[in-house]
Amino acid sequence: MNATATTAAGPRFEPALMRRKISGTIFYGACLLAIGILLLTLLLLLWDVLTRGLPWLDWDFLTGSPSRRPANSGILPALVGSVQIAIIVGLTTFPTGIAAAIYLSEYATDSRLNRLLQTNISNLAGVPSIIYGIFGLALFVRLMGFGYSLVSGALTLALLIMPIVIVAAIEALRAVPEAQREGAYALGASRWQTVRGSVLPAAAPGIMTGVILAMARAIGEAAPLLIVGAFTFVTFIPSPFEGGYTVLPVQVYGWASRPQEDFQSIAAAAIIVILVLMFLLNFLAIVIRVRLSRHIRW
Amino acid sequence: MIAPVRDPAAAEIDTSDQAGGDGRLDAATPRVRIDPTLTTNAGPRPADRRTALSLQHVSCFYGSFRAVNDISLDVAANEITALIGPSGCGKSTLLRTINRMNDLVPGYRTEGHLLFEGEDLYGPRADPVAIRRRVGMVFQKPNPFPKSIFDNVAFGPRINGYKGDVAELVEQSLRRAALWNEVKDKMKESGMSLSGGQQQRLCIARAIATAPEVILMDEPCSALDPRATLQIEDLMAELKRDYTIVIVTHNMQQAARASDVTAFMTMGDDRGGFLVEMAPTVEIFTNPKDRLTEDYVSGRFG
Repeated sequence: MNATATTAAGPRFEPALMRRKISGTIFYGACLLAIGILLLTLLLLLWDVLTRGLPWLDWDFLTGSPSRRPANSGILPALVGSVQIAIIVGLTTFPTGIAAAIYLSEYATDSRLNRLLQTNISNLAGVPSIIYGIFGLALFVRLMGFGYSLVSGALTLALLIMPIVIVAAIEALRAVPEAQREGAYALGASRWQTVRGSVLPAAAPGIMTGVILAMARAIGEAAPLLIVGAFTFVTFIPSPFEGGYTVLPVQVYGWASRPQEDFQSIAAAAIIVILVLMFLLNFLAIVIRVRLSRHIRW
Repeated sequence: MIAPVRDPAAAEIDTSDQAGGDGRLDAATPRVRIDPTLTTNAGPRPADRRTALSLQHVSCFYGSFRAVNDISLDVAANEITALIGPSGCGKSTLLRTINRMNDLVPGYRTEGHLLFEGEDLYGPRADPVAIRRRVGMVFQKPNPFPKSIFDNVAFGPRINGYKGDVAELVEQSLRRAALWNEVKDKMKESGMSLSGGQQQRLCIARAIATAPEVILMDEPCSALDPRATLQIEDLMAELKRDYTIVIVTHNMQQAARASDVTAFMTMGDDRGGFLVEMAPTVEIFTNPKDRLTEDYVSGRFG
C-alpha cells in the first residue's frame, strides 16, 4: 500500500514515519544524556570522597572525639548528636505532620481559607533553611528557654521538614481513590473509622516514604543548627537539654574549613558516615514501603 | 459452589430470540419479548409482599441542579428491584440517596421522604452511619480495601462492634457470597489480588457481614466479564431470600434476567430524572405501558 494513499472521500494522511522515528530517537538520547550526567557527577563525588576518606575510616574514628590532631580525631559526639536529633525530629514531625495532612485532606472543607493554608504550607517548604535557624533561635532558644541545646536544634529541624512531610502526606492521601472511602462509609464507618481503616492503610507507603525522605533532609542540614547552637568542636557525648552539641554535617563543615589537608580528609571520612546513614535510612524506607504495600494493588 | 453457572451465550437468548438470534437488540425489533420461564428470578410473586422501602416524592439536588424529580416508588422486601434508564437519568443518585451516601457530596440535598421499615431515613433522628450498616452497598467497580481477604470482610463487623466470633462471621459471609471455596486457603492474601469477579463477590461478602436488611448494587457487573456477571446474578437470586436488593443496571438483559420488578427512569428536558414506569419485570419487557419504556427496552433509545 502507498503510505500516502488518498481515498475519494477520506482525509489525507502523511504518516512521515521516518521523521517520527527520528524524533523518538532524539528524545530517547536526551533522556540517556541527562541520566548520564547525573550518574557521572555522583560517581565523581563518591570517588573523591571515598579515595580521601576511606583510609581514615576506622573504629577509632567512629568511637573517638574531635582533637587538635587529625589522626586522633573521631566523630562519636557528632554521630550520637545526629542520631538523637533524628529520633527527636521523627517523634515530633511524624504525628504532627500526618495529623495536619489528615485534617487538610480528609476533614477540611474545600474553602478559600483552607486552600490558602495549603498553598502557604507548600511555600514554607521553599523557605531557606537559615531562616528556620533564625526562627528557632527566637522561639526555642530564647522564648521557650531551651537554650543552645540539642532539643532546640531538633525542634528547629522538625519545623524545617514539617512542610515537606505535610505536602508528601497530603499527596499520598489524595492519591487514595474515592472508592476506598465510599467502601468504608457504605459499611457504616464513621469518618475517623474510614480514615483509619481504609484511607490510611492505602496511603501509608506514600506517607512513610515522604517522612523518611524528609528525615534524610533533616539529618543532612547544617546551616540552621549553626544558629541554634551546634558547635564544631565537641569532645563529649551531648545530652539533649544542656550543654553543647554537634551533628555530622556541622562536624564536616568544621573540619572542611580548616586549612590542613588531613582535616579535609577526615571531613571526607565523616561524609562517608553520613552517606552510610542516609543509605540505611533509605533502605529502611524501602523495607517499610514494601511491607506496607503488600496488600495494595492499584 | 453456587448454583451452576449458566452459559452466557444462552442467557443472551432471553431477549434476542425474537430479534433474529444475533444476540443484540436493534431498532428493527418491534418489541422485546422474554419468555418468563427463562428469567432467573421472576418466579411466582408471593402474595404477602411487604414494603421494605418507600420513596415518597423524592427529589435530589446537587446545588441548584435537580438530578431526580419527584419520584415515588415502593421496594418490596426480599425482591430484586432493578432501576434502568439512560446514562445521567439519576438512577445512581437515587440509589445513593437510599443509604445516604450522597450526604458526602458537598451541596447535595434531598427532598421528600424515604421510609425504611417505616422510619424516615432523612428524619431528624436518622443517623447516616447507623443507616449504612442496615443498608449495604456494592459499587460499580470492585473496591476491596488494601487489606487481607479476611480483614476486608471483618472490617464492617469490627467497626460496628460485632460481639460474636468474627472469624465465624467472615467464613459465613464468604460462603453466602459464594467465594469461600476459592479463598479459604488464602485468607491472608490481599483482597486486591483476586480477579475482578472474585473482588466483587468479596465486596458482597463484606456488605453481608454487617447484617444489612437491604443491599444496594450500583451497576455491580459493569466491570466484569459475562461469566463473572452470571455468577453475581446467580448470587443475587440466592441472596434475595434474606435481603432486599435494589440494583442499578445499564444492561437490560441483566434487568430482564435478574430482577423481579423493574423501574424505568429517564430524564426530562431539564436533565432532571423522573420515573416513567415501574412494574413486574416481565411486564416492563413484554408489555410496557409507556411509549418511552417501550422505546428504551426495545433498543430504539439509549
